[in-house]
Amino acid sequence: MKKNTIIVAVLIAAVVVISLAPLFWLRGAEFTGSDDAGSQMVEEVTGSAYEPWFTPVMETILGGELPGEMESLFFCVQTGIGVGIIAYGFGYLIARKKYGADARAQTSETTRQKSPQSVRSV
Amino acid sequence: MNHVKSERIALTLACVLAFVFAFPYNVSAMHIMEGYLPLAQCVIWDAAALPFLAVGVVRVRHVLQSQRRLLILLAMSGAFIFVISSLKIPSVTGSCSHMTGTGLAAILFGPAITCVLGLIVLIFQAILLAHGGLTTLGANTFSMAIAGPLFAWFLYKLGKSLKINRKVNVFIAAAIGDLLTYCVTSLQLATAFPGESGVTASIAKFLGVFAPTQIPLAIVEGLLTVLIIMGMESFAEPELRELRWEGEIKA
Repeated sequence: MKKNTIIVAVLIAAVVVISLAPLFWLRGAEFTGSDDAGSQMVEEVTGSAYEPWFTPVMETILGGELPGEMESLFFCVQTGIGVGIIAYGFGYLIARKKYGADARAQTSETTRQKSPQSVRSV
Repeated sequence: MNHVKSERIALTLACVLAFVFAFPYNVSAMHIMEGYLPLAQCVIWDAAALPFLAVGVVRVRHVLQSQRRLLILLAMSGAFIFVISSLKIPSVTGSCSHMTGTGLAAILFGPAITCVLGLIVLIFQAILLAHGGLTTLGANTFSMAIAGPLFAWFLYKLGKSLKINRKVNVFIAAAIGDLLTYCVTSLQLATAFPGESGVTASIAKFLGVFAPTQIPLAIVEGLLTVLIIMGMESFAEPELRELRWEGEIKA
């Protein structure tokens, strides 16, 4: 258990360092999406700007691209909800393990004889 | 009995919320843009994705009908894809990209079920976010929800038979699976846009855009997958046993 705690701490630290390092390492970089780089590469390879033959459904409805701030809003909401589902799952599983063990211990005690000491230790 | 009911509630809640909100916004990367593939190639990739999807739907039905206690892990695997594919992370090349998150589901449930989970994400992205697209849905499904997970799953099985440390094995499978998704995307774009120098040179060019950005992110994805798996091993023993997860689970 102790070993696992260390592993978890190290892994989380590594994730944070790898994700944030470029921000400090490459000061002033724009960090645009690589989708844009991809479509630029299409232009470069074919030698001319490619005209997509189908427009995204949402852009057709809105008559243009979605505003950037709205993108951020939906982006945050979505991440939060996703994390919520995972946290709910883990909360459920952890509580089940903890209190499930308690319940088992209690039922086995009542079938035997009541021993106050073991109840306290539970 | 009681906890089976609460599991059902948890799953229903998870699925509803996932369906409503699971559209990675503001994401960039990997998905081939709407209208960027010739119609003939769209149809070919659709056809290639179809058998995997069919098997996946059958598998999901099987879980729903006879392995209901696994639903909570299934919901969490799906949620993991949603979260991971929404996180835009800066990379060494000075551009942002995001991960796929499909490695976890592939390792736990196999590539077929992952195909269904990935397709759900891709459909929502295509319709609501103008990311990827309906015309390129087959191609994107093939790269993100089939090729990557299939490779991750294969690597995991291989590592298991070679008796590699399980955490290392999970890390390798998830990270390489993520990278392979981008390789397949490069291949798809290159066959659509061979340019003057031919398909091979074109593959190299597209890989040149995606690969350096993606390598650090693949490492992050591998690490996060290991973290989730460690958590599940500690607290979801009965479910993992039902999945025939072999590891340090104490009886």
